[in-house]
Amino acid sequence: MNDPAPPPERARPRLGVFKFASCDGCQLTLLDCEDELLGIADELEIAHFLEASSDVAPGPYDLSLVEGSVSTPEHVERVRRIRAESRYLVTIGACATAGGVQALRNHADVTEYLQTVYARPDYIETLATSTPISAHVPVDFELRGCPIDRGQLLEVITAFLAGRKPGIPNHSVCFSCKQRDNVCVLVAHGTPCLGPVTHAGCGALCPTYGRGCYGCFGPAGTTNLPALVPVLRRDGMSDEDIRRFLHTFNVTAFTAVEEDRP
Amino acid sequence: MTEPDAGSRIIRIPAITRVEGEAALHLRILDGTVTEARLRIYEPPRFFEAFLRGRAHSEPPDITSRVCGICPVAYQLSACRAVEDACGAVVDGQLAALRRLLYCGEWIESQTLHIHLLHAPDFLGHDDAIAMARTHRAHVERGLRLKQTGNAIMELLGGRAIHPVNVRLGGFHRVPSRSELRPLAERLRIALDDAWDTVRWVAGFDFPDAECDADLLALAEPGTYAIESGVPTVLPADGTLPPRSFPVHDFRDHVTEEQVPHSTALHSRLDGRRHLTGSLARYAVSGHLLSPGALQAAREAGLGDPPLARGTEGRTRTEACRNPYRSILVRAVEVLYAVEEALRIIDAYEPPPRPYTDVPPRAGEGHGATEAPRGLLYHRYAIDEEGRITEASLVPPTAQNQGAIEEDLRVLVQAALAQGPTSDADLARRCERAVRNHDPCISCSAHFLDLDIERHSDPV
Repeated sequence: MNDPAPPPERARPRLGVFKFASCDGCQLTLLDCEDELLGIADELEIAHFLEASSDVAPGPYDLSLVEGSVSTPEHVERVRRIRAESRYLVTIGACATAGGVQALRNHADVTEYLQTVYARPDYIETLATSTPISAHVPVDFELRGCPIDRGQLLEVITAFLAGRKPGIPNHSVCFSCKQRDNVCVLVAHGTPCLGPVTHAGCGALCPTYGRGCYGCFGPAGTTNLPALVPVLRRDGMSDEDIRRFLHTFNVTAFTAVEEDRP
Repeated sequence: MTEPDAGSRIIRIPAITRVEGEAALHLRILDGTVTEARLRIYEPPRFFEAFLRGRAHSEPPDITSRVCGICPVAYQLSACRAVEDACGAVVDGQLAALRRLLYCGEWIESQTLHIHLLHAPDFLGHDDAIAMARTHRAHVERGLRLKQTGNAIMELLGGRAIHPVNVRLGGFHRVPSRSELRPLAERLRIALDDAWDTVRWVAGFDFPDAECDADLLALAEPGTYAIESGVPTVLPADGTLPPRSFPVHDFRDHVTEEQVPHSTALHSRLDGRRHLTGSLARYAVSGHLLSPGALQAAREAGLGDPPLARGTEGRTRTEACRNPYRSILVRAVEVLYAVEEALRIIDAYEPPPRPYTDVPPRAGEGHGATEAPRGLLYHRYAIDEEGRITEASLVPPTAQNQGAIEEDLRVLVQAALAQGPTSDADLARRCERAVRNHDPCISCSAHFLDLDIERHSDPV
């Protein structure tokens, strides 16, 4: 196969995509930008993206997208190295931003967890907690969601290329629901919904499909959980149901809200 | 990187690229013989089976979806089937058809991603699809368009393509109207041409000789190419007929973890033997049930008649395609089939009276298996009287395929050594390619596979 001589390379900002404990769904979102992917590759040099390319180049990176939570001793070292090599570091998704669903271990006995899942737990290296990237290094921007929204990812990349702040509002899902002219599932149908306390970004998907929001984008910028809890009880949830509802994909972030920590 | 072929030689690939998740390769060669070929998983454990305990019986579909962002529908539907099995609920008719339609979306998306963005660059000598687009832009654009059509199915039926929100026990939160599906049918008709072009494109690739020495395991469903349901069915490596099958309830009696001598690897085995799930196994077990169009495509692609095609009745042996490099052909045929199948389901669709069947909890144990794009995915749950999960176990396809992948690597390296001196870099490149043949999904497998325990003690 003879490649035509490539055009002279202009210096493009270098992109790195990195993974910690995660499902790969947030980095897949970049490959799901089918209409934009080749255009993005024209604007950014994809220097490190193991899931997509065998051409792996060393840092430094101008923009690093980091997926996944810190959950092994090796992760602690690696996230520091990546930070040192990155001009602008953005976490993508609930794992990198809040520790993810695997942070359910933070309130459990990890030794018992190891024995439950593995025949030889002594082989496994793990930390007792799953923590967000920001617990270890400074982060320039955090993109929410389990998974992240494709439109918001494109906004972060566009804003980076334009040298401006990403326009990502931190209001609740209720705003998006109103923008879509949805009937409120909580008020009209008595369906338990975390929309009033959950960060917007998904476009109010669950209420649009007649289901209550389950909080996969984590807490909104401002929340009033004490006002929501009695409504959830009214709609038939026990305190244990409510605890489970909040303690799933963003367990650490909602726990902080419950305990009224910043 | 090259070293002389004297005595012991160790080749390590620290990070396999163009696969989903994190894995490394470790090869040990002693006096010209491969003594160890290991696919090592350094994907950290995430403990799904542990933290599912105590959750409500309605939660496994949403929670296990997060095991894998590449095949969330497979996780959601294997979980639904297992919990519904435990609770004695049956989902059929149009709700079952809609589940199959959603799954077709995932097959189109995931198989197309693998064909165009992960696997084809190997056949055409590129590092990635971006580089490949410089010489094959129309092919890459076609792949992206086809992939987008798969995503469009998942977005319409599921709300979004990654971790869809609309799946629930018993069916869906909301079902579409006929008119909502109509624009999707328009896109699928365009996708039909793209899927045919993809089959013809990959059929022109050069395929190295190889034969995967493993029993083939796939679900089988009477009268249709099994996707979202079926009975585990085995075509042995020697092609002995008839294929044998076992109920999904007995899955753990047949597919077991085994400690391999002189290795710390836990391998999955089927009745004590190495086995392979995924596209090659599905074509062997169900290929004769493909649509006429997909069968025609399979013939044009050079896959030959499916092993269980009409005329094999009464025979004691059959031939199945076992060349893992050619799995890209089966994937392309499966994409075409999924497009046709999606069109067929949309055409026959009548909205069901209710979006879901009730699945009230009851104490018991349930099993569920479906065909994820990369192979059979099994879930098992035990549920107590309160409707809480007390035990969960997930057996992902890549964990089952690990033994077959490692055997492929051993055979490949042994043959390469027999042909004369090779550099480590060349061997490493060829090994990575052999791993990609199986589209491994390593995030899924972290529960189960051999973890990288020698990371700190290996000689470099």
